[in-house]
Amino acid sequence: MTVLAQREGFQAPGIEEFEWPNLVDLHLFGIDLGINRVVLQMFLVALVVWLLFFLAFRTPKLAPAGLQNVMESLVDFIRNQIVLENIGPDGLRFLPYLTTLFVFIFFGNLGGVLPLISFPLNGRMALPAIMAISSLLLFISVGISQQGFLHYFRNALFPPGVPAPIYILLTPIELVSTFIVRPVTLAIRLLANMIAGHLILSVFFVATGYMLTSMNISTLFGVGALLFAVALVAFELFVAGLQAYVFTILSAVYIAGALEPEH
Amino acid sequence: MSLALVNSILAAKETVSGSVSIIGYGLGTLGPGIGIGFLVGKTVEGISRQPEAAGAVRPLMFIGLALVEALALFGFALAFVVS
Repeated sequence: MTVLAQREGFQAPGIEEFEWPNLVDLHLFGIDLGINRVVLQMFLVALVVWLLFFLAFRTPKLAPAGLQNVMESLVDFIRNQIVLENIGPDGLRFLPYLTTLFVFIFFGNLGGVLPLISFPLNGRMALPAIMAISSLLLFISVGISQQGFLHYFRNALFPPGVPAPIYILLTPIELVSTFIVRPVTLAIRLLANMIAGHLILSVFFVATGYMLTSMNISTLFGVGALLFAVALVAFELFVAGLQAYVFTILSAVYIAGALEPEH
Repeated sequence: MSLALVNSILAAKETVSGSVSIIGYGLGTLGPGIGIGFLVGKTVEGISRQPEAAGAVRPLMFIGLALVEALALFGFALAFVVS
């Protein structure tokens, strides 16, 4: 690709793919609250998710059919595979939160492979960061309400069953890994997967168009690149589901860790 | 480090162009790559030894996968941040 770039002037798409100008300028207290394409897409995703659940469960039937069937199996999957598997029956009260996370992240990621939209919502840091922070606040508050303030932080920072001098090493590690690395990795994992997927798709499709229209030997390679690009769209679809699953299951694991203290 | 190696690195600095952070990202993928290989390989081994444990092993694999992958993704993000 770089050889091509130097000789022919092929411009590979870069990180500037993720910069969108404000459509509506709005500044409050020095914070940029302008509405750009990504914000519009976020509203669209929220509307679509709301409509899906509203239409599916507006008149719930005992024998589900059609949309109700699809949405019920989705909620059932999160209930059985994520909540009951990782937290247990005690965690069913977190099912609404985890379902929201899963569905919103999945539909946000889905934008990356849909034609005409072709932008993954979670390719901007704001949304993953907000969701990771809300998961962090949730598991901290669950820990405090379940075990009490002092007890929770003593269990989290000074795990029992360790010789006292080890705490000099262990406590800073636990502090960083539980309260900083957990939310940061949650957010960055989702963000980086979406950025990487979107960049690869853009590079492949732009390069395919360039090679197909170049009318020399590269046209042959362009056909191969086009086939591979289509396969990559399928792969990105898989990644969109996998990242939603991973974000949700890790949130569930963190909540489970706060619910029952380690012995 | 021998003097010849230092000299060759200095010589390369004159001719090689591009982003060093991409090399850093390439190095950063090595560890997670090996880790994911081990992880999935062991999962396959575990499931083929005891197929009825597949339901219990698979979610754990995804959790481990996510944790291992985080290092490579930090490298990816930092390659953009440190340019």
